[in-house]
Amino acid sequence: MPAPIPTAALRVHNLRKTFKDVVAVDGLELEVRTGECFGLLGPNGAGKTTTIEICEGLTEPDSGDVELLGMRWDTHAAELRQRLGIQLQETQLADKVTVLETIRLFRSFFRHGPAPAEVIALVQLEEKRNSRVGGLSGGQKQRLALACALVGDPDFLFLDEPTTGLDPQARRQLWELIERFKLQGRTILLTTHYMDEAEQLCERVAIMDHGKVIALGTPRELIISMGVEHMVEFSAGGAAKALEIQALRRMEGVRDVRAENGTVQMQVTELHRAVPALLDELARQGVPLTELRTHSATLEDVFVTLTGRHLRDE
Amino acid sequence: MTAIPEMQPGEMAGRPPGTAPRESSLANHALVQLTLTRFREFLREPEALFWVFIFPILLAGGLGLAFRNRPADVLRIAAVTPELARALRQEKLLDVQELSAKAASQALRTGKVALLAEPGPDKAVVYGFDNTNPEGRAARMLAERAVERAAGRVDPVAGIDRLMREPGSRYIDFLIPGLLGMNLMGSAIWGMGFAIVDARRRKLMKRLIATPMPRPYYLLSFLLSRLVMLVIEVGFLLSFGIFIFKVPMRGSLADLALLCVLTSLSFGALGLLIASRARTIEAASGLMNLVMMPMWIVSGVFFSAQRFPDMLQPVIKALPLTAAIDALRANMLQGAGLAQVSPQLLVLAAWLAVCFPVALKLFRWR
Repeated sequence: MPAPIPTAALRVHNLRKTFKDVVAVDGLELEVRTGECFGLLGPNGAGKTTTIEICEGLTEPDSGDVELLGMRWDTHAAELRQRLGIQLQETQLADKVTVLETIRLFRSFFRHGPAPAEVIALVQLEEKRNSRVGGLSGGQKQRLALACALVGDPDFLFLDEPTTGLDPQARRQLWELIERFKLQGRTILLTTHYMDEAEQLCERVAIMDHGKVIALGTPRELIISMGVEHMVEFSAGGAAKALEIQALRRMEGVRDVRAENGTVQMQVTELHRAVPALLDELARQGVPLTELRTHSATLEDVFVTLTGRHLRDE
Repeated sequence: MTAIPEMQPGEMAGRPPGTAPRESSLANHALVQLTLTRFREFLREPEALFWVFIFPILLAGGLGLAFRNRPADVLRIAAVTPELARALRQEKLLDVQELSAKAASQALRTGKVALLAEPGPDKAVVYGFDNTNPEGRAARMLAERAVERAAGRVDPVAGIDRLMREPGSRYIDFLIPGLLGMNLMGSAIWGMGFAIVDARRRKLMKRLIATPMPRPYYLLSFLLSRLVMLVIEVGFLLSFGIFIFKVPMRGSLADLALLCVLTSLSFGALGLLIASRARTIEAASGLMNLVMMPMWIVSGVFFSAQRFPDMLQPVIKALPLTAAIDALRANMLQGAGLAQVSPQLLVLAAWLAVCFPVALKLFRWR
């Protein structure tokens, strides 16, 4: 593996792409450093897939510049293809062909790379090596897709929503595989709309919305930049009178309060002051507390703060 | 199959890129792997096997039985008087029933007999029959001859029969090359069309072009698998024709092989063109039927294309299936060489030369 020298494996400059009248990517700037796992986050329709497919050389941008591993698609396409590992969203591999046969097929396209059996072992599909693809579970299919991306011993790995539609256990298993691959010092660009996935896997993330990067940094930095450390959520049911939200806003250390669907969410800086104050205030208003939750702020909260929407809102 | 080597997870780490061992055997060539995948997908699809192998045999068997050559038919006729019946029974090709006048005309009306004979005025014989029915006309001639001979006629010129019932002029002989052509068309167009559109629909094609796979290999793999399948398909149908129905093979086998290859390539190109843009199986199968249906009818699979009006003949002859079937028939039944079927070869080559580049130009890879 090339040593993780502090240079960009991927540089995207002023990228634009319009489909009919929809602007999918709108002047995007992006830099992925060699050896890091970079997450592209955003709700559906934010332009993540269009961006990643332009970087993969599958979609032609309207304008802008993509430099990948020091090369460009218009001059080094063949060389780039040899050095990339790509997992696309929603690819259905041929059902009637077995796992081993599929891997051997993909392996045959690359000049270099591990033996098929080695890749199968890497994604833990040894027991399924002679099973047909059509008979695999969702998680197994996703691991096979990952294996197909790994057969060429890639320097740069693109993963487009690798765990979408998987159950929690299968997601966790896939994360472990990606973590292990990361340890080998390769560069990964992954898109996801699962915040926990990005927090778990990515060194740095860019949050995308409407074709632009609206925030960039490590997950930690983004959360800190929000200026709040904790989220307090509660439900106050069966109250004789309505809750006075304004009174909550005036409490010490409370940044923002939003109420939706009967639950109230507060962004607070100091949990140990905010919670007792909240309980006092509710007692003063005579509102009974039915549910109380607190958690450390997450990327999801960052996104909500930045856009006023939830990531998984369609 | 290679055994799974013992390895630790993460063993790929630390290995410089490009040093992993690579079996450089032919089996690991991208084109070979793509072609093998084609085969696997085809052979693991029982329905496809049925349509390609079993269906033509069933069709040939069924039609061969229905239109088999029987000894010359004996014609059933009715006679109204015993004298007439006796005279007519001298003719072996007539099966004479003696019926009352009423029953006889009823039998004639319902087609149970082809002709009725009854005494007319002045020792004449009245023959009742439908003169638009060939059986009726044949029965009329046979009956009159029998009656005349019974009355003492002597033929001034003797006739001697020489029977021609050789293989090569029967319906099954006509049919087998037709079915062969139809099969070559169907398997090329369906084989290409469905597989390509399915791969596009599944985004498998997009995934493949995201690898370093050379794109021509992908299309070439269809062609190669088609050519190998061709040997099996053609061999299967022809052996059936030769061993069960004794269909003659008068032309050179090498010429026949070349004809089949050219036919398959032309239809493969046509199939590629049909599948070049369609994104759904429904759209593709509609197009395929649109292209193939007219040829099933006019190209002379089941009956001669000559039956269509002269005006249409130039169009019909320019269709690839007509050219293929005419050439196959000329080879198998008349032993024609390639020079004699050069117009048909030209038609097939022209379809190939036009469809293939256009298909490549239009081809949608994602």
